[in-house]
Amino acid sequence: MNPLNLELGLGVLGLVLLMAETFSLLSRKAIGYTAIGGLLIALVLLVSGSCPCVPAYLQDFYILDSAALFYKGLALISTIAVLIISMEYAPVLSQFIAPDGSKSKEAGLGEFFCLPLFVCVGLMVMASAQDLITIFVSLELVTVSFYVLVAFMRRSAMSLEAGVKYLILGALSTGLLIYGLAWVYGVTGQITLSGIQEKLVHWQGDNTALLFGAALVLAGLGFKVAAVPFQIWVPDVYQGAPTPVTAFLSVGSKAAGFIVLTRIFGAFTAKGSVISDQVTNMILLIAGATILVGNLSAIAQKNFKRLLGYSSIAHAGYLLLALGCLHAGHTGIKSADIVAFYLATYLPMTFICFLLLSAARAQGRTEDISSLTGLARRSPLLGFAATLALASLAGLPLTAGFMGKLFVFFAALNEGYYGLVLIAVVGAASGFYYYFKVILALHSKPENDAPAIKLAFLSQAMLVIFMAAIIVIGVYPGIISRALGVATTVAVK
Amino acid sequence: MLETIILLPILAAFAIWLGSPGRITAVVASLINLIAVVILFVQYQGMNTGKMAFQASYPVLSSPQIQFAVGADGVSLVLVLLTTLVTWAAVWGTVDKDGIYYIASLLISAGALGAFLCTDVFFLYAFHELALIPTFLMIALYGHNDRKDAAWKITIYLGVGSLVLLAGLLGVVWYCSPVVDHHKVLTFDLLELLKHPLSPDAPYAKFGPYNFFTLLVGFGTLVSLFPFHSWAAPAYAAAPTPIAMLHSGVLKKFGLYGLIRIALPLFPGAVQTPWIQQALLLMLLGNILVVGLITIHQRRLDDLLANSSVMHMGYIFLGLATGNALGQNGALMLMFAHGISIALLFMLCGKLRNQVGTLEFEKLGGIANTAPFLSVVFGFAAFASIGLPGLANFAGEVMIFLSTFQDFTAAKGFTMLQVTTILSLWGVVISAVYMLRAYRKIFFGGVTSGLFVSDPTVGQRIPMFLLAAVLLVVGCQPSLLLNVLQTSIAALGAK
Repeated sequence: MNPLNLELGLGVLGLVLLMAETFSLLSRKAIGYTAIGGLLIALVLLVSGSCPCVPAYLQDFYILDSAALFYKGLALISTIAVLIISMEYAPVLSQFIAPDGSKSKEAGLGEFFCLPLFVCVGLMVMASAQDLITIFVSLELVTVSFYVLVAFMRRSAMSLEAGVKYLILGALSTGLLIYGLAWVYGVTGQITLSGIQEKLVHWQGDNTALLFGAALVLAGLGFKVAAVPFQIWVPDVYQGAPTPVTAFLSVGSKAAGFIVLTRIFGAFTAKGSVISDQVTNMILLIAGATILVGNLSAIAQKNFKRLLGYSSIAHAGYLLLALGCLHAGHTGIKSADIVAFYLATYLPMTFICFLLLSAARAQGRTEDISSLTGLARRSPLLGFAATLALASLAGLPLTAGFMGKLFVFFAALNEGYYGLVLIAVVGAASGFYYYFKVILALHSKPENDAPAIKLAFLSQAMLVIFMAAIIVIGVYPGIISRALGVATTVAVK
Repeated sequence: MLETIILLPILAAFAIWLGSPGRITAVVASLINLIAVVILFVQYQGMNTGKMAFQASYPVLSSPQIQFAVGADGVSLVLVLLTTLVTWAAVWGTVDKDGIYYIASLLISAGALGAFLCTDVFFLYAFHELALIPTFLMIALYGHNDRKDAAWKITIYLGVGSLVLLAGLLGVVWYCSPVVDHHKVLTFDLLELLKHPLSPDAPYAKFGPYNFFTLLVGFGTLVSLFPFHSWAAPAYAAAPTPIAMLHSGVLKKFGLYGLIRIALPLFPGAVQTPWIQQALLLMLLGNILVVGLITIHQRRLDDLLANSSVMHMGYIFLGLATGNALGQNGALMLMFAHGISIALLFMLCGKLRNQVGTLEFEKLGGIANTAPFLSVVFGFAAFASIGLPGLANFAGEVMIFLSTFQDFTAAKGFTMLQVTTILSLWGVVISAVYMLRAYRKIFFGGVTSGLFVSDPTVGQRIPMFLLAAVLLVVGCQPSLLLNVLQTSIAALGAK
């Protein structure tokens, strides 16, 4: 069996659904459910299928290690979650899409349920990518689909503004990235990551050009993962984009950036590489700045969606810090595994928050924190789930978010990055403030008579599964590290 | 067995969330826990080996090794007894309130029980944090006075304190994990870590004092050690009665427990390092004298009790600063006694607030005429808190004061430790001044017009009576607790 079958299948499904939408063969709901069904089947195949071996002609470009499978799973789960959230959000979408006087409220909505499939395909290919071209092409598939999705609500000025900003800055970052990749290729003469790594280990002479290329690559990927100083676009785009797309950007786009970062960075900093130290220092510098800027700017936010944007920047900072802890092997988990673990914990808590936002918006509330006042009393399940998710984002123990932070702190302490640990402590402490602010609003006495928020069955199921995931990962983290296959003992320095 | 004790309040809280009647469920659950703990305590007194008993463990993660492990020795059993007693009194004394009051009380109780009973650093830390959310929410939503400000203050202070603590604990795991076949096996298992204390001749010994100090600041913030104390008084004054009882009486003791269980045995001698001891002595003098003087100036009963609770932590830290076994025993005795007496005082304070609606001394007076039971119990608790001989607090305080003079020789004269003790003794006078003054103003003197306070109902008297009785019994017969404390402290390696 060809290992690319899953990706190809999903791509074909996306195309078929697009056709069906064009000729109005299927209703919006049918398209959504078909897409979810297809993704679920793919997920089952991924989990159950014995890992097919990669044929020789693909081995230079494509790898199927446990990390690749793990990220593919993350991509599928987040796409399913995005589609479920989109179902809740559909009324808002049609309000901003349907042309004036149009009879059908559903016109043009179908595409919104097809495009995430292409993003998913891009993410899945990227998880396995082993050479610069595959990485770049899959990354572009993701980014171009996002250009459309972000600006989807074409009658909303905010969505359009977000779309334009994302397009311009996205194009700029792509330019930087491809320029950097070109330099790396030009200097090393290698297109595959293993080849580049080989060259770097046995490098002789001047490495200025290499460093220039690496810095450009880092800048380009910095845009994708929302790292400081490339984070300027995040708050506006997050706030303006349709909420399900924001959720996807926050998890999917970030995961994409980090898969590529771990792969490329892994090659740059392999044992013996000539530019290992400089690249690590660049990453650490960016990590510290990102943690500080993300957390401190989040404190003042009054809009929940914007707050989640800044929180997304902050979490990118912790992830970068984990990435920079090269010798984290002493904790028993490699830095790439800590990143994967952190992303896995980040997924359920973020999606719960965005589900809350979508449902609240679709049922007539705004996205301000104050409009969520008293929600926990009217909708106990949603309130409890949101409380749990926010506590997890803040990093309270026995939730998934704490385990992620614990590993990052542990790795940084063992590296001896005491200054960065201090910054991380400051960041986590301000996190306590701004996440608890939302928790407090949820549980306060309602000021108005806004009705309870009703959720569709699928959304409720998703809520329960993600809640369970937060608690289970928080109490029994072995479940994730087993999926990643980590070592048990570590060598003494 | 122990895991059931931790789980029961959580299940009860869940049942109340699903619609089970609040007060009855909470009272029954906490009563079952209280009885179970008393039985375990008696059993342990029979063995009295000083070792961990009733152990159980469930693996969670293999690398770094984390397991959900529980176990109890004398130290934890005394504190668990305190927890279950105060929880039961707190939920019994809460009448006609929304379910959320009982849910929050039970969750805080579960957090404290987990923190005292887990023998894995990860879960020990985690359970304490678990109790933070209900504390914060209850103060912010149902508190009095400046509830929002107080809630933010406690959240941010304790949040930062816990993060500092986390850094210290990760240091402990890193330095004290065993080395097997030249491989460091990182483990959060406290019993395993305790086998490899960072003694002065260990490879990383020079980091020991710094790590100890990090733990001291982290744990100290949770116990309102001066100058990290300013969250405590407003939070307790603002908190709803059961929350104030549980946090000041029980949950706050977690920081001290952590120092006794983790920091002191794992870094032997670190507390006697000159710069650490000097810093600690100065900080605890701040608690006793500075906060003591602030307490005298309070004009409301809730503010006064809240500040006095911060002040009394100074004595306990004094017991720990000695680094010897007698001091730690005294500290534990005082932790128990302070927990009971402050919980009782906050409970009475809550009853007064419910009936009168104000706690300002100016507007109160002559309550003893109409509420004799209330005034007798209040006097009893106030005397205990001052440290009157025959009541439990005295036993703890006197042991602490004596322990500081253990290595006194006339030739050497007073060391800084002993000078601190002498200054601290003035704190007893300060306590007497503010407590007696408050007692006189509220309960005696002319009756303020329009003020009528009646005694609590017979049902409500039960927990007050029981808490007061515990103070008296332990005060007259401290060996009830001391015989298990001594062996357990000795087993932890204190001399």
